[in-house]
Amino acid sequence: MTWEIVIGLEVHAQLSTRSKIFSGASAAFGAEPNTQADAVSIALPGVLPVLNKGAVERAIKFGLAVGAHIAPRSVFARKNYFYPDLPKGYQISQFDLPVVGQGALTIQIEPLSGPSTGSGLQPYEKVVRITRAHLEEDAGKSLHEDFHGMTGIDLNRAGTPLLEIVSEPDMRSAAEAVAYAKALHSLVRWIGICDGNMQEGSFRCDVNVSVRRPGAELGTRREIKNLNSFKFMQQAIDYEVQWQIDTLENGGKIQQATILFNPDTGETRAMRSKEDAHDYRYFPDPDLLPLDITPALLEQVRATLPELPQAKRNRYIGEYALTAYDANNLTASREMADFFDMCVTAVGPSNAKLCANWLIGEVSAQLNRDALDMAQCPITAQQLGGMLLRIADNTISNSGAKEVFRTLWADGGDADMIIEAKGLKQVSDSGAIEALVDGIIADNADKVAVYRSGKDKLFGFFVGLAMKASKGKANPAQLNEVLKRKLGG
Amino acid sequence: MLNSSLQQLGSALRAGNISSVELTQLYLDRIAALNPTLNAYITTSAATSLAQARAADARLADGTAQTLTGIPIAQKDIFCAKGWRTTCGSKMLENFIAPYDAHVIAQFDNAGAVNLGKTNMDEFAMGSSNETSYFGAVKNPWDTARVPGGSSGGSACAVAARLCAAATGTDTGGSIRQPAALCGISGIKPTYGTVSRYGMIAFASSLDQAGPMARSAEDLALLLNTMTGFDERDSTSLQRDKEDYARDLNKPLAGLRVGLPKEFFAEGLSGDVGKAVETAIAEYKKLGASIVDISLPNSKLAVPVYYVLAPAEASSNLSRFDGVRYGYRAPDYTDLADMYEKSRAQGFGAEVKRRIMIGTYVLSHGYYDAYYLQAQKIRRLIAQDFTDAFKQCDIIIGPTSPSTAFKLGEKGDDPVQMYLSDIYTIAVNLAGLPGMSIPCGFGAPNNGNPGMPVGLQIIGNYFAEAQMLNAAHQYQRATDWHSLAPQVL
Repeated sequence: MTWEIVIGLEVHAQLSTRSKIFSGASAAFGAEPNTQADAVSIALPGVLPVLNKGAVERAIKFGLAVGAHIAPRSVFARKNYFYPDLPKGYQISQFDLPVVGQGALTIQIEPLSGPSTGSGLQPYEKVVRITRAHLEEDAGKSLHEDFHGMTGIDLNRAGTPLLEIVSEPDMRSAAEAVAYAKALHSLVRWIGICDGNMQEGSFRCDVNVSVRRPGAELGTRREIKNLNSFKFMQQAIDYEVQWQIDTLENGGKIQQATILFNPDTGETRAMRSKEDAHDYRYFPDPDLLPLDITPALLEQVRATLPELPQAKRNRYIGEYALTAYDANNLTASREMADFFDMCVTAVGPSNAKLCANWLIGEVSAQLNRDALDMAQCPITAQQLGGMLLRIADNTISNSGAKEVFRTLWADGGDADMIIEAKGLKQVSDSGAIEALVDGIIADNADKVAVYRSGKDKLFGFFVGLAMKASKGKANPAQLNEVLKRKLGG
Repeated sequence: MLNSSLQQLGSALRAGNISSVELTQLYLDRIAALNPTLNAYITTSAATSLAQARAADARLADGTAQTLTGIPIAQKDIFCAKGWRTTCGSKMLENFIAPYDAHVIAQFDNAGAVNLGKTNMDEFAMGSSNETSYFGAVKNPWDTARVPGGSSGGSACAVAARLCAAATGTDTGGSIRQPAALCGISGIKPTYGTVSRYGMIAFASSLDQAGPMARSAEDLALLLNTMTGFDERDSTSLQRDKEDYARDLNKPLAGLRVGLPKEFFAEGLSGDVGKAVETAIAEYKKLGASIVDISLPNSKLAVPVYYVLAPAEASSNLSRFDGVRYGYRAPDYTDLADMYEKSRAQGFGAEVKRRIMIGTYVLSHGYYDAYYLQAQKIRRLIAQDFTDAFKQCDIIIGPTSPSTAFKLGEKGDDPVQMYLSDIYTIAVNLAGLPGMSIPCGFGAPNNGNPGMPVGLQIIGNYFAEAQMLNAAHQYQRATDWHSLAPQVL
């Protein structure tokens, strides 16, 4: 009998405000410990929280981007528990009245390999429902190393703004969970509310995993905390799913628990069981008024919303006749899509497919090799577009273009000047090509005879000879056409 | 000089009849002589106070003096004052030197007033007799065997005993009005949100409100002018135009509709207090006011509601006192949980622990709806009672406290009896309304005990402080209860 995997995600996205959510202290990452801990961050007696409007605007922006209901009134609540890096003894969060209500995110799934992979290997699309998203403050950090049996507390991070985005348990495989996380990661960066830096903890995922027999009630879930890479997420889910299936098939029971994934061993391990679960004693924070979002603010934020990935993707397919694969790749990040849009502006919509091919192909590969991201791309859309125009008008061949591209990448400059300087202009003069082909046919009469007797495979041999004779400058399409005609006799 | 009004003191200072240094020294000498008996101050710093006095004298000399420049004010030890030990009456903060100024402190500093010292109070403002202070009980200057009331007992005692020109207090359930009544002085708790809570150590955030304590309504008006005003650091601070609270002091009372809530004159009111209040009502009639019988049907629920909501908020507000970053930490502990437990067990007194336990309980899973939510609903009903009442009358008067000052230790074993001494004041905090207490007579002497002061409570509609001060001032022009000083000194 098969098992169905049920996965829901809680994602903490750190909002890209300059200051903290309830004080003016800097929220920048990486400062010396406790240098960004002001009176509010260390919870001195008598200090009070003041809400950062920028955090609210970013939450609204997210809500609009996932088509969610934005609560006209939401409430901050205190989540009470003791921990040394939680200076007030409570975290200010939102509980029963979050700022962002139900929404949805459409994701494209590229199946992964592994035991929890969904059935079928074709890419497909899925709508994941978002339950809610709420604003809250982050805690500080407890540093257990370097203090010889003691714990160091760094409160720089205490009070940085987070948007906790909670999904419905709609994912049915690790592939879907990873696709959702990636889509969300792309979206928050796309709309500019989070830098998405997973190493620095700006985008952290908690994954709730359970298994059940198809059609049965939801199984007991275990929550894998704080995954900060998509690779680990997949590994953790794969391991956890297998563990749960094995446990159940061996007659065991799943206990609700919070678990950690150890990337070194590839295993998950229980951190605390439900029995140790805190009673957080949530209640509305009396230091903060309810958060009222006026229609005016809503519209103001809506006006700042860029075209969203899903809309862009559909437009690329509809307007430019790109494939779903191309459109997905081009909308994987805002930087990629912006680059593509600028490129299309430079070369015209009729060459959109050419732009897509180069961006997804050569540009992405080169970025990968150089370990750069799109924002750091050494060439501009205008530079690339200049080169693409020369491909489109047959000035250069594909191999010539690769040469131009390498030069642009390494040294910068302008496609036309490089073509000129390197003599890469291809020969499209039909007379010249015909003469060249005639010469080759004359010099290789024996091979021509063989070809004409049915050995079609020899065609490539003639192309090679002709290219060599033209020093690589012959327009390949034209050359093919002439060769085919003349060899056909 | 000790019986001069603030207006008179200010005139004398500006005229050069006395310097701020001389005036400050006069009070410091009285404090040195009497504080060992009365215990009104927890901390004084003659050097700091005199330095402020010298600065005030410079302002007086160069003509930049304001109304309160040079006048020595006692500050309740709940306000953080930069460089001053700020204990909140607790062992937990016995050695806490505040690194910043509360809004109230800054307002007085800017006005050029002299901080004479930090006054004693019930621990974390939890108490009605000042007996819960870690620094020992304050004595009532009218009879040192009796309590001064609480929690602002040190301030009330200091004003009554002429150990300062005026003082600040805070009022969560009656903590300005009840000690004012028991010590025979005047005190006002303005509308919630009028005085910033920034830097005021929180007890119950939705109820806490600072206000002045002085010898007359006229003085209170001047002090309120300094203390009030919008502060963006407190999200519950109200954005209103600055007003002059003294503007209506001299208006005649003819036509004023005075409401008498029948519930305030029922069982539980001592004969002494009832008689004095009746006499005051007669005085108001003489002054031209008309008397209206009103009802506050839900006021009987105020004490139980308060003892759900205030401890709930307190249990969370006091979580920051965990021994991690500042404040008391137990000397010996085995692990983190032990450190928390011992530090808080040793650092907090019995009443504070009792309220933390109550608050934790009412917020717990399974009890929240029955206690906290239910109490919030009744809180709205109590506020609605006042709204209805103010359709029939302009101000409400009645007793401040059901009895005069009781003996030290008399109610120590019975928290409920202690809580009932705030039975008439608590509803005002729950509604967020302004309330004040002014002296209106004395109880009868018996068994050789002197008669103790009786307080008349005046409750106004939201933002009706000027009207209340007018009613109080006109009464004080017609009577001299407020100008009597305790003889023992």
